[in-house]
Amino acid sequence: MRWSPALLLLLALAACAGSSPDSREVTVFAAASLREPFTALAETFEAQHPGVRVTFNFAGSQALAQQLNAGAAADVFASADARQMDWAVEGGSVADGSAAVIAHNRLVVILPPENPAGIQRLADLARPGVRVVVGAEDVPAGAYARQWLDQAAQDPAHGEAFRDQVLANVVSLEESVAAIRTKVLLGEADAGVVYASDTAGQDLLTIEIPAGQNVQASYYIAPVLAGPQPDLARAFIDFVLSAEGQRILAESGLIPAGETGE
Amino acid sequence: MAENLHQTGRWQRPSRLPSRWRESGPVWWAVFSMPVLLFLAIPVLLLFFEVRPADLWMQLGSDQTRQAVVISMKTSLISLAIILLLGTPLAYLTGRFQFRGRAVLETLIDLPTVLPPSVAGLALLLAFGRRGLLGAPLNDLGLQIAFTQAAVVGAQVFVAGSLYIRSAAIGFALIDPEILEASQLDGASTLQQLRHVVLPLSRYALLSGAVMSWSRALGEFGATILFAGNLPGRTQTMPLAIYLGFESSLESAVALSILLVLLSSLALLGVRWLSRGRMD
Repeated sequence: MRWSPALLLLLALAACAGSSPDSREVTVFAAASLREPFTALAETFEAQHPGVRVTFNFAGSQALAQQLNAGAAADVFASADARQMDWAVEGGSVADGSAAVIAHNRLVVILPPENPAGIQRLADLARPGVRVVVGAEDVPAGAYARQWLDQAAQDPAHGEAFRDQVLANVVSLEESVAAIRTKVLLGEADAGVVYASDTAGQDLLTIEIPAGQNVQASYYIAPVLAGPQPDLARAFIDFVLSAEGQRILAESGLIPAGETGE
Repeated sequence: MAENLHQTGRWQRPSRLPSRWRESGPVWWAVFSMPVLLFLAIPVLLLFFEVRPADLWMQLGSDQTRQAVVISMKTSLISLAIILLLGTPLAYLTGRFQFRGRAVLETLIDLPTVLPPSVAGLALLLAFGRRGLLGAPLNDLGLQIAFTQAAVVGAQVFVAGSLYIRSAAIGFALIDPEILEASQLDGASTLQQLRHVVLPLSRYALLSGAVMSWSRALGEFGATILFAGNLPGRTQTMPLAIYLGFESSLESAVALSILLVLLSSLALLGVRWLSRGRMD
């Protein structure tokens, strides 16, 4: 029938048109390690603000900062370290000084449930042949992991040899903590370095990193300049920083912003 | 009107457009093609304006960039060799013979290429990873595949193989069976038939398939990062370096991107040049 191509085109255009004016959407770009806590936060936020939908883009903070600087449309940016937030400021996506700390995190070593390499303590990570997976240098988790190893090098219990051998055991630099977790869960890697909050509810063995060596990861949140819904952005950020928001973050294993952890 | 009905079997309204409009067909096609053409060309061309030639040269000399280029070239060429060696018999089988289940076989061959690359990577891990069906016994023998360059090659062969195999199969299928029969009647052995009849007649299809396959292998990312991982100097190919080197060094990412564009362009132009004067 001759009018069917035109009809198809019309339908396609209608589908591409924006959503109805009644529902409002706030777009949040958040670090991959914030997936569980922020999804829980969104449920409560949406219940408190009827007609509002929270959409997420979870990825490594470095990827999100790139996308924002390239002009991606978002309302809120939550990064896993100060460096990526600074990068967003430098790129003009976030106003200088508008970022606030929302939570902290610590690092922990995760092992596959069957522990193929038989790792019992931290020092075992330096054994030759152990397959260690960490984040790439630009990924906050990767930068923190390197920071931990540098701090471990200062600790007489481990020393510089420990750091050098663990780095030599690294078989892959992953793009996000989710990727590290996948490799460890699949049993491909013998050990991975992720955030303490990533171990909640997972079928993984963990090895604690002593507080003296451990790093304090800090999550920053800021409204995105020229975002489509600035008032919703502000409301979401305020909610994250509120007592209830902080409680929800703590339930996911994060350390609330006020505390500095043990 | 009666003439129209008689000629076409269906009533056709005579065109009301002025005759010069009807004759300038190609111009209209060009006008309607411009948006897509610009969409394809502008992003690629902008790469070249992003960095100065002097900086480009310096970036290409940096360690990480050089390692990525070496790994990419080495693995993609090995992948191509494997694809040509193992894929040609398969292409010949599906191209020249009719058998039950041929459609299923062709679908199986095409599947890895059309799968999302991350799905392909996951599938490879499940098969050849340390706990994989085939990987576990190999691991017991001391052969580790994941996180090695062998895995890079494996991922490339897996996703790029069908591009060559399909093209080669079509090339083989187009060979007139009478020519082959004639050579057999003249006493040619199978090897002689291959060398003097089959391969020469299908060389355009084989070549263009090889080039498409090689380009796809060179650009492979999703399956590689899942199956082989990402380690500079061992498994970090050019696409991986571009993605993960982006923020800390935009210049090296652009330099690698330009290199990839040039390599792909050379490959495409090479195929066109080699197939000039081809008779259909």
